[in-house]
Amino acid sequence: MADIPTTLRSLKKGQKAVIRNITADGEMGRRIRDMGLVPGIQIQCMGRAPLKDPVALRLLGFTLTLRNREADFIDVQAVGA
Amino acid sequence: MQNASSRIAIAGNPNSGKTTAFNRYTGARQHVGNYPGITVEKKEGTAHLDGIEVTLVDLPGTYSLTAYSLEEVVARRVLSEEHPGAVIDVVNSGVLERNLYLSVQLLEMGMPLVLALNMMDEARSQGININVERLSELTGLKCVPMVARKGEGLDDALRAAVELAKDTGGRVAPLEISYGTDVDLALKEMTPIIEEAKLMTDNYPARWLAMKYLERDEEIIRRAKKINPALSDKLKARADSLAAHLKTTIKSYPEAVIADYRYGWINSILKNGVVKGADDVAHDDRVAFSDRVDSVVTHKIIGPLILFTILYLMYYVTIEVGAIPNEWVANFFDWLGGVVGDSLGDGPLKSLITDGVIAGVGGVLGFVPLIMIMFLFIAVLEDSGYMARVAYIMDRVFRFFGLHGASIMPFIISGGIAGGCAVPGVMATRTLRSPKERLATILTVPFMTCGAKIPVFLLFVSIFFDAHRPLVMFGITLCGWAAALLVARALRSTLIKGAPTPFVMELPPYRYPTFSGVVIHTWERTWQYIKKAGTVILAISILIWAAMTFPSPTADEEKVFDDQRAAVASSHEAGAITDEAYDEQISAIDNQDMQQHLIHSVAGRLGTSLETITSPAGFNWQTNIALIGGVAAKEVVISTLGTAYSLGNVDADEDTTLADSIRNDPHWTIANAVSLMVFTLLYSPCFVTLMVIKQETARWRWLFFSLFFNLAFAMIMAIIVFQILA
Repeated sequence: MADIPTTLRSLKKGQKAVIRNITADGEMGRRIRDMGLVPGIQIQCMGRAPLKDPVALRLLGFTLTLRNREADFIDVQAVGA
Repeated sequence: MQNASSRIAIAGNPNSGKTTAFNRYTGARQHVGNYPGITVEKKEGTAHLDGIEVTLVDLPGTYSLTAYSLEEVVARRVLSEEHPGAVIDVVNSGVLERNLYLSVQLLEMGMPLVLALNMMDEARSQGININVERLSELTGLKCVPMVARKGEGLDDALRAAVELAKDTGGRVAPLEISYGTDVDLALKEMTPIIEEAKLMTDNYPARWLAMKYLERDEEIIRRAKKINPALSDKLKARADSLAAHLKTTIKSYPEAVIADYRYGWINSILKNGVVKGADDVAHDDRVAFSDRVDSVVTHKIIGPLILFTILYLMYYVTIEVGAIPNEWVANFFDWLGGVVGDSLGDGPLKSLITDGVIAGVGGVLGFVPLIMIMFLFIAVLEDSGYMARVAYIMDRVFRFFGLHGASIMPFIISGGIAGGCAVPGVMATRTLRSPKERLATILTVPFMTCGAKIPVFLLFVSIFFDAHRPLVMFGITLCGWAAALLVARALRSTLIKGAPTPFVMELPPYRYPTFSGVVIHTWERTWQYIKKAGTVILAISILIWAAMTFPSPTADEEKVFDDQRAAVASSHEAGAITDEAYDEQISAIDNQDMQQHLIHSVAGRLGTSLETITSPAGFNWQTNIALIGGVAAKEVVISTLGTAYSLGNVDADEDTTLADSIRNDPHWTIANAVSLMVFTLLYSPCFVTLMVIKQETARWRWLFFSLFFNLAFAMIMAIIVFQILA
């Protein structure tokens, strides 16, 4: 059960990860944090839209969707295999 | 003056059940308006509790109180400047951690708060156990369990809020939590300076204002700078030095650090015996049910299929079923026009009342059934949670054109499938929360093939492309899409420039919409349309009527027709012509008379004088007059064309005389026809749409932009098409 650093973009459906860092500031950073995406939070990839973008995530008991463009500002570490 | 304690604000996240609670409290005793200059809805209502009347203000649903969106700015201003006595913060108990993020910010502002733990039943079925007393003890807040859908806990929360308002007078000491040594130090330095200068401290706590400087809150900084530029610069310098320091030491930003500490504070409370429940255990609850639905609804292939089926059904019912009551309204006004017309003598007054006022008001009210049905659908789609999935599925496509996944709905309603209507289409953009994408959508939906343009297309397609009718009609619809999307793209890289609004959106669990919620939603929006569009459009219809009626031909010119009529009548009396021939000749003279009237009017003169400009596009003066009339309503194009060809009032659906006249007129070639169709598709939206654009953007400038830009764009495209084909 090694923890592998990875990007949100490469997370597969069903895979879980922990947020390590948010590298966005300004409006986008604020919006991401307002929705509960902060370091230490566990997320699970729930799937992707039919054209592979945006991605749907489960965190803190609700489902959130964001574009890959936004997802690239979120560093995660995959949990388990 | 109203007692502060009788005014209670309701705050909360979107999807927290806030609106359900508000509807439950106030029922139909609601007043909906817009905040001046912006399109955020302002909702107030009254509730009765223990024999007293309480005014409730429903704040826009927000996740935070930064200046991220207009909703947040509005919520913040109402809280700080309208001084409600207390705030009921409706939180979704199943997603407590994220919901409390807003609560923390409310407390930081010094708002007296009652925490309404909504959807307690759902949280329980998810296996989440909330110790309400413990939460109350740790936060010092009155916490009330609530199930707003069933009406449970509503009175308790309101009673607590009213009491709190009495006890506190609307303000309490702001919550001061630690944001780490660096931020705390900066706040400690900045707060006394703000207090001393009394910079906006009448409405906001000083420490909160200092924090806004650290968070680089544009709205607060802009306003503070106006009041005291020197102090503002000083505060900004301190914030910048903190930002630089954090960047070098921990590679982070002040607002990120502040957010982390807020979540930390929330977590320390929730983990301190408040929430018990396994996060990862799968329960047979609403969330699990939603996941199962989503695995089908957002599936790669099935998802889009379901989406298009729903959109098509919605479009079909709105336009087709909506046409039935639409016709009742139209018939009623026809009947009214007839009755009123009969009671008045011939002349300008009769014409004004029947053709101007009654036809104009009827035109506006004719849209009401369409709008009601459309909003009914939208309310159901929104409240059920499906609308968010639509945006999710379509976003990738629409983003390419600088729009938003949710833009598809307005496009379809406006005529993305031929036969829609831009009036409900523009109003449907309210579901878009991203301002730039929303504006680009509003400005481009009028390019769709709305129902009123269809008769124009049908007429010319039947004359020039009879063998390929479906293909050409489909092609026109595609042209509408292409024009809308390309113009949207162009607008988003010029006038409405800027990076896409971050797309970070909740996919709420599916729910059954409540009946009262849907009805209230539908009615308030329909009423707003009637009120706003009705008044101005009445005035405009009178103007258009006047432009197409005055000035009348001179008595001498009229005499020509009267003489002709007299001549026909005398030969009829003499038995020289049959009854049939008499009727025929008289109506031919009447039609020529009407044509003369039209040519003489302001609109007619304009149409004639514009011929030099429009000839490169292949339009003759008859076409010009018809198109000018079409700005009032596209339905008028064909009938005006009929009058201009001295055919009397032409019925677009049945009459073939106009088609024959055009067929036999050497002026009309395929090039003219295609050019006219392109122009009709793209040119200025009708007046009702223009008014709705004004209403929805809250700016006159976008009304004028739609009018003139679309005219110019359509003219250029028509000229290009005509020059290529001719």
